[in-house]
Amino acid sequence: MKRYVIIGNGVAAAGCIEGVRSVDPEGPITVVSAEPRPAYCRPLISYYLEGKAAPEKMNYRPDDFYDRTGCRVLYGKKAVSINPAAKTVTLDDGEALPYDALCMAAGSAPFVPPFEGLDTVPEKYTFMTMDDALALEQATETPKDVLIVGAGLIGLKCAEGLSGRVKSITVCDLADRVLSSILDEDGAKTVQTHLEQHGLRFLLGDTVVRFDGRTAHMKNGGTLSFDVLVLAVGVKPNAALVKDAGGEVGRGIAVNERMETSLPDVYAAGDCAEGEDLSCGRRRVLAIMPNACLQGRTAGVNMAGGNASFQNAIPMNAIGFFGLHVMTAGSYTGEVFAEITETGSKKFFTQDGLLKGFILIGETQRAGLYTALIRNRTPLADIDFALLRQTATSAAFSASARADMFGKVV
Amino acid sequence: MKRIYVKEEWCLGCHLCEYNCAFANSGQKDMATALKGKPIYPRIHIEGKDAVTYAVSCRHCADPLCVKSCIAGAIARTDGVVTIDRSRCVGCLTCVLVCPYGALAPGEDGAMQKCELCLQNACGAPACVAGCPNGAIVFEEREAEA
Ligand SMILES: Cc1cc2nc3c(=O)[nH]c(=O)nc-3n(C[C@H](O)[C@H](O)[C@H](O)COP(=O)(O)OP(=O)(O)OC[C@H]3O[C@@H](n4cnc5c(N)ncnc54)[C@H](O)[C@@H]3O)c2cc1C
Ligand code: SF4
Ligand code: SF4
Repeated sequence: MKRYVIIGNGVAAAGCIEGVRSVDPEGPITVVSAEPRPAYCRPLISYYLEGKAAPEKMNYRPDDFYDRTGCRVLYGKKAVSINPAAKTVTLDDGEALPYDALCMAAGSAPFVPPFEGLDTVPEKYTFMTMDDALALEQATETPKDVLIVGAGLIGLKCAEGLSGRVKSITVCDLADRVLSSILDEDGAKTVQTHLEQHGLRFLLGDTVVRFDGRTAHMKNGGTLSFDVLVLAVGVKPNAALVKDAGGEVGRGIAVNERMETSLPDVYAAGDCAEGEDLSCGRRRVLAIMPNACLQGRTAGVNMAGGNASFQNAIPMNAIGFFGLHVMTAGSYTGEVFAEITETGSKKFFTQDGLLKGFILIGETQRAGLYTALIRNRTPLADIDFALLRQTATSAAFSASARADMFGKVV
Repeated sequence: MKRIYVKEEWCLGCHLCEYNCAFANSGQKDMATALKGKPIYPRIHIEGKDAVTYAVSCRHCADPLCVKSCIAGAIARTDGVVTIDRSRCVGCLTCVLVCPYGALAPGEDGAMQKCELCLQNACGAPACVAGCPNGAIVFEEREAEA
């Protein structure tokens, strides 16, 4: 019987377990879980702070998931090395787990730059795990002034989560705009204004050069006092185990469309991996939940001897702040088509007759039709793209394309 | 498994299916009290261009992207039917971003809604199909192509 080991216990791991079990109903699966809890919906931690997600509803799978799939889960244990020659994984308690197929589903860790004086800050947090959310909840039991370093997705979601609980929130970022990795200048401005209307204060193009207790000395010369510091500068993939074992690692663990790493019988999936991004043709870490689940499942199927391939990964995000919804996908290259409506704006990027990416702000109805155009590489010449830009509707497709969509099993 | 299919050449664009859907899922006994004078939030909607109209609802995909993408684990596929636990939904719209058919939309309370084939409500079978005056929506078994 084939023995499976999974390092990490998040969404990618859950997808991997389901993938393995879809092919092999009985080979033993061991899951090494650094966090002391079943796989949960990580993006919900900010909703938890807001009181919008109850802890008992945050698990990613039903309570009997690991029993039903026959997994042994080692809670609170960490894998510390992989020995690809002996095909074992060594844990922090010294145990060596033998494997026939291994999946790295270790996610990513907050990146904490070496700020001067960081050790003098009494209340500092990152925002990645349920434990982080619980700690922040406690730290904000009494009204506090909060400084968040990083105006990316995680920093801003944290700000939204905390906004009802604290006296003030200031967000600083070295970039000159919010959400700089997914928004262009116009989009960022719209979102920033909206966030400011909800009480957030921004220091952009600015960062902390030195901490002194509860004071931050800024690059632009100012100083700022705060009670609670949240570091949300970025994340780095947990790829070290594979790198140390001699596997190919870029920013994340390099994988092909079968989620195989360069080490034999070692797979990787989710935030720790980098596979090809169809919208730009290069390998990229796509640190999003759908990707973690799909990559995990692909890895699992192949680990168990099946044949799965995940070829149409693209970056995409649906993110809302205080009721304003933003959706982005793909790459922002090529010709730009912009549509401004009463309720928002849409921007499309096309190249070589294909849709490559989009940014939608406040105009999100049926956006999945756009996402599908990118993922399926649908030639724009075959559809009424002018209509589609205005309204996401399959009426812009040919009758035969519609017959496939609505007249068949899909 | 039985699924909903549409015949666009038969659709009149009368929007009756939208009303029947909203009523079936309202939990009320009388259509007028349930719907009259209020905005409705059906799980099926009419799309079209020029003379062509047709009804769009969840395709109950064999390999549903929404299930794999929901950040709250709120969408599941059980015996082929894709259902949503609305009490878990946080309204992030990730499912809207991935569904290739545009089959999900928020309900009145902001939580996402989708067609569950009326298997959970008092109808027990799709109300849109039963009420379509021209047979433009059908509920039947079709073969998946190999
Ligand atoms: C605040 C926040 C908001 C987000 N919002 C969104 C969103 O709206 N939409 C979206 O698509 N994505 C969002 N994301 C990203 C999403 O959560 C991740 O892409 C997803 O969780 C990745 O899943 P994963 O299984 O690859 O990794 P993870 O969920 O990170 O799981 C990896 C697990 O492995 C464990 N681990 C690491 N190293 C070891 C080791 N050596 N031994 C044992 N265990 C180990 C870790 O402790 C962790 O529990 C958000 C993330 C955050 C933090
Ligand atoms: S909601 Fe969309 S993606 Fe999900 S099963 Fe229905 S049609 Fe498929
Ligand atoms: S809007 Fe609700 S159902 Fe859709 S992905 Fe977000 S949490 Fe899941």
